[in-house]
Amino acid sequence: MYSFDLDRPVTLEAALAALKAEDAQPLGGGQTLIPALKQRLAAPSRLVSLAAIPDLCGIDLEGETLTIGAATPHAMVAGQAGAYPALAALAGGIGDPAVRNRGTIGGSLANNDPSACYPAAVLGSGAVICTNIREIAADDFFEGMFATALEDGEIIIRVRFPVPQAACYRKFDHPASRFALAGAFVARFPGSVRVAITGVSEEGVFRWSEAEAALSARFAPDALEGVSLPPEGMIEDLHGSSAYRAHLAGVMTRRAVAAMV
Amino acid sequence: MPKDHGIGASSKRREDIRFLTGKGRYTDDINLPGQAHACFVRSQVAHGRLKGVDISAAQKMPGVIRVFTAIDLEGVGGLPCGWQVTDRHGNPMQEPGHPVLATGKVRHVGDPIAVVVAETPEQARDAAEAVQPDIEELPPVLDLRGALAEDAVKVHEELSSNLCYDWGFVENNREDVDKAIATAHHVTTLDLVNQRLIPNAMEPRVAIGDFNPATGDSTLYTTSQNPHVIRLLMGAFVLGIPEHKLRVVAPDVGGGFGSKIFHYAEEAFCTFAAKALGRPVKWTCQRSESFMSDAHGRDHVTKIELALDKNGRFLALRTQTHANMGAYLSTFAPSVPTWLHGTLMAGNYRTPLIYVNVKAVFTNTVPVDAYRGAGRPEATFQLERVIDKAAREMGIDPIELRRRNFVTEFPYATPVAVEYDTGDYHATMDKLVEIADFAGFEARRAKSAARGKLRGLGVNCYIEACGIAPSHLVGQLGARAGLYEAATVRVNATGGLVVMTGSHSHGQGHETSFAQVVADMIGLDENMVEIVHGDTANTPMGMGTYGSRSLAVGGSAIVRATEKIIAKAKKIAAHLMEAAPEDIELKNGAFSVAGTDKSVAWGDVTLAAYVPHNYPLEEIEPGLEETAFYDPNNFTFPAGAYACEVEVDPETGKVEVCSFVATDDFGTIVNPMIVDGQVHGGIAQGLGQALLERAVYDEYGQLLSGSYMDYAMPRADDLPSFTVDHSCQTPCTHNPLGVKGCGEAGAIGSPPALVNAVVDALNRGGYEHITHIDMPLTPSRVWAAMR
Ligand SMILES: Cc1cc2nc3c(=O)[nH]c(=O)nc-3n(C[C@H](O)[C@H](O)[C@H](O)COP(=O)(O)OP(=O)(O)OC[C@H]3O[C@@H](n4cnc5c(N)ncnc54)[C@H](O)[C@@H]3O)c2cc1C
Repeated sequence: MYSFDLDRPVTLEAALAALKAEDAQPLGGGQTLIPALKQRLAAPSRLVSLAAIPDLCGIDLEGETLTIGAATPHAMVAGQAGAYPALAALAGGIGDPAVRNRGTIGGSLANNDPSACYPAAVLGSGAVICTNIREIAADDFFEGMFATALEDGEIIIRVRFPVPQAACYRKFDHPASRFALAGAFVARFPGSVRVAITGVSEEGVFRWSEAEAALSARFAPDALEGVSLPPEGMIEDLHGSSAYRAHLAGVMTRRAVAAMV
Repeated sequence: MPKDHGIGASSKRREDIRFLTGKGRYTDDINLPGQAHACFVRSQVAHGRLKGVDISAAQKMPGVIRVFTAIDLEGVGGLPCGWQVTDRHGNPMQEPGHPVLATGKVRHVGDPIAVVVAETPEQARDAAEAVQPDIEELPPVLDLRGALAEDAVKVHEELSSNLCYDWGFVENNREDVDKAIATAHHVTTLDLVNQRLIPNAMEPRVAIGDFNPATGDSTLYTTSQNPHVIRLLMGAFVLGIPEHKLRVVAPDVGGGFGSKIFHYAEEAFCTFAAKALGRPVKWTCQRSESFMSDAHGRDHVTKIELALDKNGRFLALRTQTHANMGAYLSTFAPSVPTWLHGTLMAGNYRTPLIYVNVKAVFTNTVPVDAYRGAGRPEATFQLERVIDKAAREMGIDPIELRRRNFVTEFPYATPVAVEYDTGDYHATMDKLVEIADFAGFEARRAKSAARGKLRGLGVNCYIEACGIAPSHLVGQLGARAGLYEAATVRVNATGGLVVMTGSHSHGQGHETSFAQVVADMIGLDENMVEIVHGDTANTPMGMGTYGSRSLAVGGSAIVRATEKIIAKAKKIAAHLMEAAPEDIELKNGAFSVAGTDKSVAWGDVTLAAYVPHNYPLEEIEPGLEETAFYDPNNFTFPAGAYACEVEVDPETGKVEVCSFVATDDFGTIVNPMIVDGQVHGGIAQGLGQALLERAVYDEYGQLLSGSYMDYAMPRADDLPSFTVDHSCQTPCTHNPLGVKGCGEAGAIGSPPALVNAVVDALNRGGYEHITHIDMPLTPSRVWAAMR
């Protein structure tokens, strides 16, 4: 680790001011950033922790909308987002207790790891990412592996989820990291179905429109018969071929649907 | 009725209190006044000509004391190899130099090029980034067979090729084996890979060098399984320090699994630099650094052929293996694919003719050496896999096929140079059949099928040669060391005992089980016995802990020393009671005269030894302290039978281990709980190999599985609850305790059980074309095999 200064502001205003410093970077739970710093892969001069800002942490249900503060740790979502059970279950399946007690939804989304779980929930739910300057629809937020619509100095404040009629996330664990080797988030709304796939594509999380169309027509596992993802553009590495990942995405989607009917 | 103390009791591990409460003292917990910190600059390329190292910028960085490259290591020798293998033509193996810091070339990613010593670890690391090696990249040698091509690039230019040795065993059997295979009723052939593993002990390696200018003594604190071996190798071959001026301390050590047997460059460097700089020098390995600097394990590519007659009797066995040595010869590397592997190819069976060929190959990868089981897992895996395949091909039940070929009469001299002293392979198999409920398998399979899962059952046997090893024998085989153990038992005036052992404990529970042995022999409370190990300054010469040898060899030395203590104590007791020494009996810690009611307590005798007021000084010396060396006259041969049940998800290829049963014959059991734990850990490691672990290099020689994000270690939820039984006991015939060793069994016996089970599941599930899948059986591999 290179040395850096650490700020722990307690208000959003103070955090935004601190982030104006050159090379400053927000710190969520540090579960991604700190390992990168330890390996000396990044050298920010200043980290601004968002963990101590009460406004950024917490879960709020209003009508059919669940709002989660950006600095809310996974464990809290797992334990307190009962209004959106599929989301709570997804959060409870991330990493291990240490990761869940520290890692935050804001950090996960800003990082947009192609194998992460939250991006699938956000895209699959059609959530809205609220930043300090604007609101970004999930469909416009994820821009490929580790890339998002966030501008320099822009931070995620909260995420607004419309709670679907039913939803389910099925994740096939990566044998080593236990991120998603393939994950499918299926959400059913009146009149529409959204399917988001993570862990699979070189472009990061994406919506599987063929599956959405098939399931919108008839919501049943066998509606997906004959619907499959092409291996082109899917991740291929020592843990699985692109064909395997494309196949797994189909299996996970079917299993998610099966769990919902 | 289970015993509650002494030999056979499940005494709680006394060392666990400090380990579990954070009170252990590991090497990294040691900080010496004035210590400086070392950071190694390592090659980032697999193969290249090292044309120079620019250290000028690094030297000017804050806190830097000195930057060392190879030219600064004046008088420092290369790292020695402890075993010389003779090839099948009678020539010694090719043995390249192994410099402490790279000279002329870099030969693997992680090869140390320079070292920065600075005031703090961070400063050392900052400056290490400023060191600029000038490397002209060369094409890396990575493929084992390709490395032996005529025109292959050479890892070591001074050698004639990348071949370390071409070993044939037993060379005189070669033609007979070929003939038997050519004419046999049935021959089963299997090509397989025993993949490269990274040991991943919980505690990374650490070394601290210290030099005392007042006495001229050097001390090395290090994470070692065998401090005396490091003292000998480093003192005699690398630094030229006589043993009486060098002390090596291996305090609490957090696991080794073989990787901490070897003498590493960092140990020699820290010891050297402490003297050169006049300050203690400490190095603590980063986890990612350990992936590319700890010796790796396994890495064999094998073709095995088993010839059988029409009744399924084994006629002959022939194997051809390419074994990866990596870029240099690590301390015991040459012995692993040869003497620890070829000698086990008979397994538990009466195969009359065996020929093993091993070509050891240099590549631009991290050196490979012994890893839990060392050679024996490789032997067991190929043998038990080929037997399973033969059973399937010939339509014989796999257990029945094994039974037909079991060795049943002992001692049994195998055609591969070892003699099994004792065993009962039917007994462990009977026990396995009983515990694993094979009769209920079909019902369990039907239940799995109802859930869409394919269930399979895998069974195998194993045998290992442990209690390493008779010195006269290993000397003939090329070992450049003896493999005895030593112990000193010191009885204090007030009766407490200190046992100083040359053996080392880094998780095995020596402090508990060794104390049980001594307490049992004298009839004392275990808490009166303290076990001291790990410091060459206060323990007798020992060869260390590996090869499941601690109790069989180190424990035997302790027994011998304790016998001497008892003999002397009886003389003292005889004097005190005015009786003849032959009439003295020792029971429950008291001496009595046979046939009388005269007795003296243990403490009376020990006190008399140290306060010899009334004492036969003309006949015996005062004091009560004895040393014994023990050199075994054979290996020990633990053996057993394992069963594994799995469920395969045909949609994803994921394998779930449903149950695992191990029946082992370890001879006498001193502490059943510790034995259970050793077997559990071994199975976890074996199933880790079978299901998850694999070191992978890309075509440039970069380690792709260089962190836990890509190198999959087994976790608790990957494994079922194991059923372990060691009630079948045929005590070893040639050591005083009758013990055989249990540390490696689980890692040796479990991989074939898992693979056999998965192949069984797939065959029963309609995938009859699948005869083998290479480890690890990851979901993607199993799925691909089913396509
Ligand atoms: C062992 C382990 C297992 C894991 N397993 C999983 C898993 O199964 N599934 C999964 O999805 N994830 C997994 N993770 C990742 C985990 O969920 C992380 O917590 C997450 O990726 C990052 O969140 P964080 O709060 O720790 O972010 P940090 O590490 O603090 O930050 C990550 C990045 O986001 C930026 N950032 C942080 N907060 C904000 C914000 N509010 N606005 C803008 N930028 C911000 C930071 O500057 C940094 O660039 C695992 C991590 C570990 C260590």
